[in-house]
Amino acid sequence: MIEYVTGSEFIVLMIKIFVIFGGVMGALAYLSWLERKLMARVQMRPGPTRVGPFGLLQPIADGLKFLFKEDVIPTHSNRFLFIAAPIVSLVPALLSFSVIPFGPSLQITDLSVGLLFIFAVTSLGIYGIALGGWASNSKYPLMGAIRSSAQMISYELSLTLSVVGVLMIANTLSLAELVTAQQSTWLGIIPRWNIFLQPVAFVVYLVSAVAETNRLPFDLAESEQELVAGWHTEYSSMKFAMFMLAEYANVVTVSSLATIMFFGGWTGPMFGPALLQMALPTVWFLLKVSIFIFFYVLMRATVPRFRYDQLMRFGWKVLLPLSLANIVVTSFVVAIS
Amino acid sequence: MIQILFFFFAAIAVGAAINVLVQKHVLYSALSLILMLTAVSVLFILLQADFLAVINVIVYAGAIMVLFVFVIMLLNLPEDEDGADRLRWLKFIGIPLGLFFLVLVVTTLWNLEASPGTQPQLVGSPAAIGQSLFTDFVLPFEVTSLLILIALMGAVVFAKRDL
Repeated sequence: MIEYVTGSEFIVLMIKIFVIFGGVMGALAYLSWLERKLMARVQMRPGPTRVGPFGLLQPIADGLKFLFKEDVIPTHSNRFLFIAAPIVSLVPALLSFSVIPFGPSLQITDLSVGLLFIFAVTSLGIYGIALGGWASNSKYPLMGAIRSSAQMISYELSLTLSVVGVLMIANTLSLAELVTAQQSTWLGIIPRWNIFLQPVAFVVYLVSAVAETNRLPFDLAESEQELVAGWHTEYSSMKFAMFMLAEYANVVTVSSLATIMFFGGWTGPMFGPALLQMALPTVWFLLKVSIFIFFYVLMRATVPRFRYDQLMRFGWKVLLPLSLANIVVTSFVVAIS
Repeated sequence: MIQILFFFFAAIAVGAAINVLVQKHVLYSALSLILMLTAVSVLFILLQADFLAVINVIVYAGAIMVLFVFVIMLLNLPEDEDGADRLRWLKFIGIPLGLFFLVLVVTTLWNLEASPGTQPQLVGSPAAIGQSLFTDFVLPFEVTSLLILIALMGAVVFAKRDL
């Protein structure tokens, strides 16, 4: 829907955009710190400690280092696509934050097809990886890119199909409406979250989301032991940082979507004075999202990598039939009731 | 404002479409096609067909073109394929066909009556599209599904012929 905004609405919108994107970019930088610290503790190491208290200034130091590093473009690479690939990877990853509701009013725009919009822009993110690997004109990046494209196409199917059950129950595609549909409770205590109605869909979604973001145990695109660093082997300095940011942005996006679709988004107990009540929904939302992010990092630290044929078999022969069966059962139940 | 946006993205779509034909390298052609599809999606949004726009990106730009790019990357074709020579006879069919299509479009636009000022609301919403798919257009919809199923089975038969 095209709507015209007035002057004051425009200013409010601009403030929202600055708050959300500033917050997201800061959070993405600190995700690298969180991941290193958490991984280190799992492996009984201290992790980053030198820069600032608890290594808290490490992301800033890393960012500065990325900026001042030499930007290498390999001589036999395709120069235009080599430079374009990180941009193609990062822009769609950040675009999806424009429809995510961080709170009742902390959402840049509520599209009527918000959920599909996120799937659309994240599906464009594959090009960043594919082109980056191809443009490097070197064998390991190409192998990584090919693996990654095949993997993302396979798992995108079950990812998209797993949410259909939720959509049939909520009867909407707008993310804000998905959250408000889960606001009430059963028997006054159990929140009306979709996880209780769609547990199968949640498991399928979670597994496909990990595969879709190329994280362990599905990080075959960059498996260090075989492919050096996969599709970004030839990338250095800020271009590499952009690929990293895109990966973290995708992790936050799929975690937010899981929170919104299965765990009631920003809903939660409300108490205290009016000012606190304004901030509480966002706190609940961020809390739920960070649980997923912790889960992601801990999974990386504990689970070994899949073999490639296992990965493909699992995607096509387990997850896809499971999500299809979930759709059939859910539509049957919805039709009867 | 809408007009400016329309002309901007229409220009991108047309430019990208021409680029698909002009480019020597297949990969650049495929990438231009992706740009064209995305620009067309924006035009759909300007026509208030949000659902169609998003589905256009998901299905064509996000899935089908990924497979194209994937295959091109695997084949790694040389820069200047002389495949155009083999298709020389197509020129003699292509030009009349193109002209015929142009005449068709122009006459359709010519005979178009002035459209009413008010549009039916929410014509592009998922619910409205679903309604019309399963009521007015149920036969074409089912026939298309059958066609896709047959094509799918055909692909399996070709790929697994020796099994």
